[in-house]
Amino acid sequence: MKTNAWWWRAAKLLLSVGFWVCVWLLLSWRVNNTFLLPDPLVTVKTLGRLSLTGAFWVTALSSLWRVLRGILLGAVLGAVLGILTSVSGVLRALVSPLMTAVKATPIASFIILALIWMQRDALPVLITVLIVLPVMWASVSGGIEAVDRELWEVTKVYRFSFGKRLRVLYLPSVMPYVATASRSAVGMAWKAGIAAEVLCTPKTAIGTELYFAKTYMMTEELFAWTLAIILLSVLLEALLSWLLRGFSNRKGKGVSARAAVE
Amino acid sequence: MLRLNNVSLSFDGKTVLDSLTCSFEEGCVSALVGGSGVGKTSILRLLCGLIKPTHGKVESDHTKISYVFQEPRLFPHLSAKQNVMLVGCDEARACALLGALGLAEDVDRYPDELSGGMQQRVTIARALAAESTLLLLDEPFRGLDPDTKRTVAETVFDTARGRTVVLVTHDEAELAYADRVYRLLPAPHSILLAEKSANGTNE
Repeated sequence: MKTNAWWWRAAKLLLSVGFWVCVWLLLSWRVNNTFLLPDPLVTVKTLGRLSLTGAFWVTALSSLWRVLRGILLGAVLGAVLGILTSVSGVLRALVSPLMTAVKATPIASFIILALIWMQRDALPVLITVLIVLPVMWASVSGGIEAVDRELWEVTKVYRFSFGKRLRVLYLPSVMPYVATASRSAVGMAWKAGIAAEVLCTPKTAIGTELYFAKTYMMTEELFAWTLAIILLSVLLEALLSWLLRGFSNRKGKGVSARAAVE
Repeated sequence: MLRLNNVSLSFDGKTVLDSLTCSFEEGCVSALVGGSGVGKTSILRLLCGLIKPTHGKVESDHTKISYVFQEPRLFPHLSAKQNVMLVGCDEARACALLGALGLAEDVDRYPDELSGGMQQRVTIARALAAESTLLLLDEPFRGLDPDTKRTVAETVFDTARGRTVVLVTHDEAELAYADRVYRLLPAPHSILLAEKSANGTNE
């Protein structure tokens, strides 16, 4: 029998994580050198020690805020561009190769170029924007292209207002595309943002801590910060899932008739 | 006023309507009959502005139009009631109309939970709820069993009394609801022949 109870899902997740922690533990015992591969307990202890300091939270939140700003900016720009290119064929022809170029260019090239052009604090934001923008543009324009032509005719005959058309026709068509794209874009953006921080070393940033941990051979700190990055990534993805679940509720089932049509 | 003035319509070089001129009487039910592909649906689409004529003019005073398409066109993420309310009526009116069309128990169901015939009745309820002055019906009762068809048709034409209705149909029985019946002859030389006048006699 297939069960989807929360405790069963949680148990499966814990077992899975537990398995990989055991693999890590066995490997670290085998290597037997904390400098090369610290064991999970040492890593958690180091992370615990770091997290007791205010500087840790300032650093983590600074990085999170930088990446979140980049994601939001990239999402808004991508959505606006997606709408505009769906309306104008000329603009689409103009923007399409640019987006292909942005997607194909290695992030390291952007980082090195941007280091010459701009302040180091703003660079991770730009890199995150460059990751999210083409993904969001493709998903929004794809969703608009996929709008049901027959339902569009219904909205035209009954002269739906722009807001109502957006709510009942465009958003339900676009959101599945955006939801799928966002899940991969947010993970990529977080990693690229941290990578940018490593290369441009802003004053307070996880990437800067990683850079110094590597420079001064502090492997335990390196692992602890990496664990912090993974935990924050899980938090970001959970936040995104929650937001997207909220959106699918607004699409129809689960809301009152009045809320959906007014 | 609802009039096609010397209207021609072509798709991909194929002429569907050729220099057609006709008027539909206000406040009456006008039925449009004719073989498949002669352009009946195209006339409805011209009348509501979904397509523009290649030549000629569509003259209409109607700003509020309802259209029952051949196939149910419901928003899949909205319930039957919500689909009807989209056109601006309140919940009580939507439920009353759905109830009159035999869907009292199904107002909160979603389109994928309804049969094809039930979905079609929801689109009919939506068209009636819109309080339009022009009601366009394109084979609206297709797929309904004879008993349901009779009940639904009576509800539709009772509710739409006083509005201008243009009905496209292949069913001779539905012509009984029409004040006027026009037979569309195919292009070239598209022409509407009046087969039933306002007083019910054949012309």
